[in-house]
Amino acid sequence: MSDILTPVLTSRWAQENSWTLETYERTGGYRAMRTALAGHPDQLIQLCKDSGLRGRGGAGFPTGMKWSFIPQGGEGAGAKPKYLVINADEGEPGTCKDIPTMMADPHSLIEGCIITSYAIRANFCAIYVRGEALHPIRRLRAAVAEAYAQGYLGTDILGTGFDLEIVVHAGAGAYICGEETALLDSLEGRRGQPRLKPPFPATAGLYASPTVVNNVETIASVPYIVAGGAEWFRTMGSEKSPGPKIYSVSGHVERPGQYEAPMGITLRTLLELAGGMKDGIPLKFWTPGGSSTPMFTAEHLDVPLDFEGAAGAGSMLGTTAVQVFNETVSVPWAVMKWTEFYKHESCGKCTPCREGTYWLVQILERMVHGEGTESDVETLLDVCDNILGRSFCALGDGATSPITSGIKYFRQEFLDLIAEQPAVARPEQLADVELTGAPA
Amino acid sequence: MTTTETETVTLTIDGIEVTAPKGEILIRTCERLGIIVPRFCDHPLLEPAGACRQCLVEVEMGGRPMPKPQASCTMTVADGMVVKTQHTSPVADKAQQGVMELLLINHPLDCPICDKGGECPLQNQAMSTGRTDSRFVETKRTFPKPLPISSQVLLDRERCVLCQRCTRFSDEIAGDPFIDLLERGANQQIGTAEDKPFQSYFSGNTIQICPVGALTSAAYRFRSRPFDLKSTPSVCEHCSSGCASRTDTRRGQVMRKLAGNDPEVNEEWLCDKGRFAFRYLGAKQRITRPLLRDESGQLVEVSWTEALRVAAEGLLAARGNRGIGVLAGGRLTREDAYAYAKFARVAAGTHDVDFRARPHSAEELAFLQTQLTPTVTFAAVEAAPSVLTVGMDLEEESGILFLRVRKAVRKHGQRVFTLGQWSTPGVEKTHATLIKSVPGAEASVLRELSVGGELVDALSATGSVILVGDRAAEVPGLHSAVAELATRTGAQVAWVPRRAGDRGALEVGAVPTLLPGGRPVTDAAARAEVERAWGVTLSAEPGRSTDEILAAAASGALSGLVVGGVDPHDLADPAAALAGLANVGFLVSLEIMTSAVTELADVVLPVAPDAHRAGTYVNWEGRHRPFAPSLDGGGVLPDCRVLDTLAVEMDVDLFTQTPSAAAGDLDRLGPYTGTFTAPTERPGSTPRPAQVGSAVLATWRQLLDDGALQVDEPALAGTARAPRVRANAATAERLGLTEGGQASVATDRGAITLPVELADLPDGVVWLPAHSPGSQVRSTLGVGHGALVRVTAG
Repeated sequence: MSDILTPVLTSRWAQENSWTLETYERTGGYRAMRTALAGHPDQLIQLCKDSGLRGRGGAGFPTGMKWSFIPQGGEGAGAKPKYLVINADEGEPGTCKDIPTMMADPHSLIEGCIITSYAIRANFCAIYVRGEALHPIRRLRAAVAEAYAQGYLGTDILGTGFDLEIVVHAGAGAYICGEETALLDSLEGRRGQPRLKPPFPATAGLYASPTVVNNVETIASVPYIVAGGAEWFRTMGSEKSPGPKIYSVSGHVERPGQYEAPMGITLRTLLELAGGMKDGIPLKFWTPGGSSTPMFTAEHLDVPLDFEGAAGAGSMLGTTAVQVFNETVSVPWAVMKWTEFYKHESCGKCTPCREGTYWLVQILERMVHGEGTESDVETLLDVCDNILGRSFCALGDGATSPITSGIKYFRQEFLDLIAEQPAVARPEQLADVELTGAPA
Repeated sequence: MTTTETETVTLTIDGIEVTAPKGEILIRTCERLGIIVPRFCDHPLLEPAGACRQCLVEVEMGGRPMPKPQASCTMTVADGMVVKTQHTSPVADKAQQGVMELLLINHPLDCPICDKGGECPLQNQAMSTGRTDSRFVETKRTFPKPLPISSQVLLDRERCVLCQRCTRFSDEIAGDPFIDLLERGANQQIGTAEDKPFQSYFSGNTIQICPVGALTSAAYRFRSRPFDLKSTPSVCEHCSSGCASRTDTRRGQVMRKLAGNDPEVNEEWLCDKGRFAFRYLGAKQRITRPLLRDESGQLVEVSWTEALRVAAEGLLAARGNRGIGVLAGGRLTREDAYAYAKFARVAAGTHDVDFRARPHSAEELAFLQTQLTPTVTFAAVEAAPSVLTVGMDLEEESGILFLRVRKAVRKHGQRVFTLGQWSTPGVEKTHATLIKSVPGAEASVLRELSVGGELVDALSATGSVILVGDRAAEVPGLHSAVAELATRTGAQVAWVPRRAGDRGALEVGAVPTLLPGGRPVTDAAARAEVERAWGVTLSAEPGRSTDEILAAAASGALSGLVVGGVDPHDLADPAAALAGLANVGFLVSLEIMTSAVTELADVVLPVAPDAHRAGTYVNWEGRHRPFAPSLDGGGVLPDCRVLDTLAVEMDVDLFTQTPSAAAGDLDRLGPYTGTFTAPTERPGSTPRPAQVGSAVLATWRQLLDDGALQVDEPALAGTARAPRVRANAATAERLGLTEGGQASVATDRGAITLPVELADLPDGVVWLPAHSPGSQVRSTLGVGHGALVRVTAG
């Protein structure tokens, strides 16, 4: 079964001291950088376009196209300095791919940063890491120091005349700073709240200069594309969603963990890889890409997990944070916990997200405690409708996904709460449920 | 010169085709069509925020509907755009209703006790766009309240809808980002840093633009309801900007003042002095009945008949003796100033009349004559590529002009040069290049820079402006240096006096050398025009200045004085001024409040403050700013009426019974068409600290200080900048001063002791606020800007 997996980004993770420069170089690291720096930046942008690499942060925007938006030449915005900013503010519930990447293989990210910076003509790159991720920050800083010492960063890298400074910046623990413009404000030392767009970061990003903001996994993929070529990259995944992807399987499975596979793998296959449902308790619901992506159920076991497949089934690929929940879990309870997260993390800038999540949490908590009323489900849906597409940034939209999808698939569970039944089942109730093994 | 056609786009809003200038914000285009989209965070003078999401509309671009409703306050119009507002789109209507419901879930709904109730955008839009009842049955978020963010501004965080108008105003417009968003999510709130209150001269504007009752003023809070108020458009009396304001009264009392909307002048802003300093109207110092000094030397209330008879008899006797001088003061309307100018010539028979109730010079008068036809406006200052300020600190002495300059700096990178002594907050906030000078040496410094270089290059750009404050009169040769620089660079010069009445008084001839319309006393033909109009014969000899009139009074060379609204402590030498007032044989004072003059006067005639009078201020631009009384009655009359009646008692007619009669009489004369030459005085010698322990004094007034019209408003005074002695580090060390410690600045007359704060002054210079609590420079030290003082620690 292991041939289903395509370890690329994760290929070094099992190596001893995988995070060191020595291991990285011994296993082929920093060769792509040499290839890249020998070529023209435009060739790299074209290569990235040809590879079909799409952003791994959730939205799936074509990476090469994003790079090509950076104005070049000496006129207007093109005359300004350009910046590369790495979004390593991994904070979506369930998402845990970037932090292990930075822990296990920080140099792949750094090499990607060097190649990307060269492609977009940036001489400064900031890696904005979630503040709570202390250990990865240390690893990353140590790796950056190694790269400087080796002459891979700094001035006149390998005698090519290309200069690059990398700063590893620790955030202060705000989910909103994963939104790219809020991240930029935070990086500039301001309050992290999303900016008005336009202007987009490509023309006025960090310090009002052209800026590419990319996810860790996206940029860590770049050295492999340079080394292996666009054709190799396209041997994995689908036409529109090519390449390998780290699927972070968590929850009620026997072997939770990171499974790197070509885009388009199904949950059925992932469950097989992960040893099936834990203790054989059946699957109830799951998220394809973190809590902001509408949940799926057992009927979605064969949905191909790529951008088109997930969207076609009414959800989003997101960050491929596959959270798996078995039948012991109350959907309203899980939705309440997620909503509490969104309420806690709402930045407060716009009314729908700030006030809406505040309200939704209270309704859900009341329902879960057996004090629901008949109108609550409709109110939940209507408040979600008043948030979705009305908030300033996508985080407000994301907050509604668990509720609307939860009610879509498990409406009766919400309605049952109105009959003064607490959501969290008592052990004697559990005993009534017939538990069967995982589907084959 | 051809004006470039504004590029336009054509779009459809609610089925109506409309052409709009390219780049216009959609919500404004809707407004022009009469379609009002509800909004909170949107404000036409602030950068778009898109935070409240109340103004969502449906937009179709290139035939394709955008997937989400769009905030019309952030979206710019585009060709072919099809917009559907709440009137034609169920989606937009639902979105707006939804946002309104969300805004209200945590709102306390305390409209019946809220200051804003009745004039509240939230209340109004909840009516137009909200549900009749709430589905929210959960627990509302609460905060302790009110939270005083300054002594004047109180914050109710429960009412706040977090639109950020106040924080954006403070950051963008005023440059005082002392308030900001704190915390996040539902706990997000407006707040200040610890120990850093909202100390802004413009804080009151945040109260006015707050679309809910979250920001209230200590002065007005819980004192009235909007529907109980009678509103009158008014003009601010506190400086020469002539800001449009609105005076709200109830039962014969002014309850509050608001900024009026005048895009040409103050846009929609008002400084806190203009907004809050009106309690003097009801101060115990107010005079509303005529007073006469009895045999025991006490002022006693008498009838108008008696007061006017005694005043007329006294003045007639003085006129028959050594003559009468007239000091008109700087707070007069054009009409009242004209009455003083005419009273002097017709009733007192003299050109001894001067409005300048502050340090002044003959050179200044020569300069002012070249300023009779003003050419610079607020708009011109905003458009100017470069601005130089001379003899004024913009923020302290002309707050609204400061905002305009700051706007120009932000919007198009206007270059600002300030000839001064230290980087004041105003200098910092306009990113000005400080041209540092030892006090008194400004003229020499300017002359040196006029030879060429950065300043000359910048001011040579077409449209550049030199703003000259009335403090320039304290530095010999400075007006001449300005004139020379203007000639060299082609920059336009604007005189920006501090007081509201100065320009009007100049234009109507309340000066010793000029008759109404700027006619020189010495010009026979011009004089003849006035003689014909007034039916009198006028002397060809110019009169005396304020200082000279008071010196003459002190020496007995004048027998009588008519003084309107002059504070002797504002003059160059208050002791000499007081000696003149004390020694003159007969003193008539026209005043709204008791003062150092009324204390010495033989007859005190009450006159009307602005709330009770009509009239016209001429602002520094030369723009006429007419206003009507905001309060009826009050038993007080404008200066022009009192002088007219007094003149009748003296058997002369002024024809100034009412402000409009005075204006009619004045306007018949028309302007003078001759020209004047600029002064060419050499700079005076530069004072240098001669011995150990001495320094040169720099001083000017702060916006909020001990001004007479700021009495009885402690909440306003609480936001004033703390009085401090300032010196640079080297000078402080030489003088033995330490930051935070006390310093004493002294002359033979007295000493001022204040805490020390370091600033980037020139070596050997100390700065004091001129008229602040504990720092009355002229009256305590007897000297002013450019004088040598002794400085000691402690």
